[in-house]
Amino acid sequence: MKPPAAPEEHDPPGVPGFRTWRGVYVFVFLFFVLCVALLALLSRAFA
Amino acid sequence: MNPVDWLVLVGAIVGIAAYGAWHTRHTDNLNTYLKGNYNTGWLTIGVSVMATQASTITYLSLPGQAYENGIAFIQNYVGLPLALIVVCAVFLPIYRKLGVYTAYEYLGKRFDAKTHLLGAALFLIQRGIQAGITIYAPAIILSTVLGWRLDLTIIFTGLLAIVYTVTGGSAAVNLTQKWQMAVIWGGMIAACVVLFLKLPNKATQIAGALGKLQGVDFTPDLKRRYTLLSGLLGGFFLSLSYFGTDQSQVQRYIGGAALREGRLGLMFNAVFKIPMQFLIVMLGALLFVFYQFQPNTPVFFNQTEWRRLASGPQAASFQAIENKYAAVQVQKQEKIRAWVAASERGDAGAEAAARASMIEARDSAEAIRQEARKALRSADPKANTKDSDYVFITFILTQLPHGFIGLLIAVMIASALSSKAAELNALGTTSTIDLWRRFRPLAAPDEARDVRNAKWFTALWGLFAIAFALFVSFAENLIEGLNIVASIFYPALLGVFVVAFFLKHVGGSAVFWAAVASQVLVLVLFFMGKMYPSHEIGYLWLNPIGCAACVVFSLAFQALIGRNGSAIGQTIQSA
Repeated sequence: MKPPAAPEEHDPPGVPGFRTWRGVYVFVFLFFVLCVALLALLSRAFA
Repeated sequence: MNPVDWLVLVGAIVGIAAYGAWHTRHTDNLNTYLKGNYNTGWLTIGVSVMATQASTITYLSLPGQAYENGIAFIQNYVGLPLALIVVCAVFLPIYRKLGVYTAYEYLGKRFDAKTHLLGAALFLIQRGIQAGITIYAPAIILSTVLGWRLDLTIIFTGLLAIVYTVTGGSAAVNLTQKWQMAVIWGGMIAACVVLFLKLPNKATQIAGALGKLQGVDFTPDLKRRYTLLSGLLGGFFLSLSYFGTDQSQVQRYIGGAALREGRLGLMFNAVFKIPMQFLIVMLGALLFVFYQFQPNTPVFFNQTEWRRLASGPQAASFQAIENKYAAVQVQKQEKIRAWVAASERGDAGAEAAARASMIEARDSAEAIRQEARKALRSADPKANTKDSDYVFITFILTQLPHGFIGLLIAVMIASALSSKAAELNALGTTSTIDLWRRFRPLAAPDEARDVRNAKWFTALWGLFAIAFALFVSFAENLIEGLNIVASIFYPALLGVFVVAFFLKHVGGSAVFWAAVASQVLVLVLFFMGKMYPSHEIGYLWLNPIGCAACVVFSLAFQALIGRNGSAIGQTIQSA
């Protein structure tokens, strides 16, 4: 059985608040930056 | 373990296995057995991907790693979200578009048969070794908990995993992992609650003052294992390899109902992985504080090994070490309390002096732990002297209420089965598709036969893992051992995929020899580092170095070979 055909690459993410995959990736990237910043703050606070 | 623990343990394990087996009892074609089926939802995929990499080692070894070295290990994961974005945007659409069973099939389509086989071989070597490590950890822990012989628990765990995987297949793994994750987190939360109730005041400040909360290291020192730079670069390439080229992961997300499902599953991991790992390493750092105030804290956490050798001819020296450690622990507690009092008074001078004194006591205690390891080695040169993997299990067995102990032991077995099933499934799949089908092309159209072969290969890899675990012991913390093995065998493989995706003019012969050369380079770097420790670089750096070497060598070899023959393979666009 073959998987569905190619156009699915352009399917919207279907997540409330996100129209495109680019938006999802930007959200994940910003979340990553937040995680690293919080880790840096924690390290500084308890140095 | 009392009867309540046994009841919970057996009930949980039987329930999970029965659920997976029942819901997937009609798995009869290759597509379903190997990739799951195309209706797996994004949450199932996301949890499945997370559970595949969060084995028993994660829950037992990671707190121990943080107990010993603080939370710096978290930097290992900082490159992961970025890598997952790349996998979602580049790798996943290609795999879906081609409808491949394994990631290495793509290499065959893009390059040639030998590159296909090389990719599959690198994966099989790496994952086969890792399967031996992942089976070893829960087995040795079960041996400690249940008092069974280690070789028996290895065989028991391994055979259980083989039956579980072969009878259920990929879909069963996916189905049951969602529930296993729920059980795992239930158990972990219970352990955290108990720990928090038993912690002294200012526990976080104490952990910080004793150097356990340095989550980010900005120094650019290549020799340090975990820095922000090594995490960002090395961790990025390691995660890219793991999620983009490792069949045990690829198999999870190519089974989605649609591309969207696979992508959301990976994004789920990109968001939750760092917080999840952070909670586990924090648990380890706080366990360290807990054991500063605990009477009778063991000088060596692998008490089975300690007692075995302490009852031998060198009993007196072992007893002397225990007494010395107990005395230093008492002094250390007084010094920690003095530091807390000074910091509460806001007396900066007294606080600094108390902190120096506390750290001195910490170093003295650590020196005695080293002495204990030497004594173990002296009594038995083959003794396992790495005890950090036993810290959390010791806490579970001595501090949690009965019932919870049974639950957590069940969780460990379930988690071990999850990761083992995913690994064995991926090894069986790759062996069937990339080796069996290639060498027996006439047999390929017989799907039922392929499923049977995949199951046989799964069982064979399971037996290999059991044999490896029985005969190999590790000098490293187990979670680091897994990452080191991955960092040795992944980089060249990732380099091949990077060339396949982005350097369309490079052909099969160039990339094949480039991969071989870069693999040799990584091996040389690794073993030279072991021979000359003063020049050893952190293992995470092997990932970008090996991948970059493969890309550069490919370009160089392609320039030498020219554009003749098989130089221009089938490109992504033409697929």
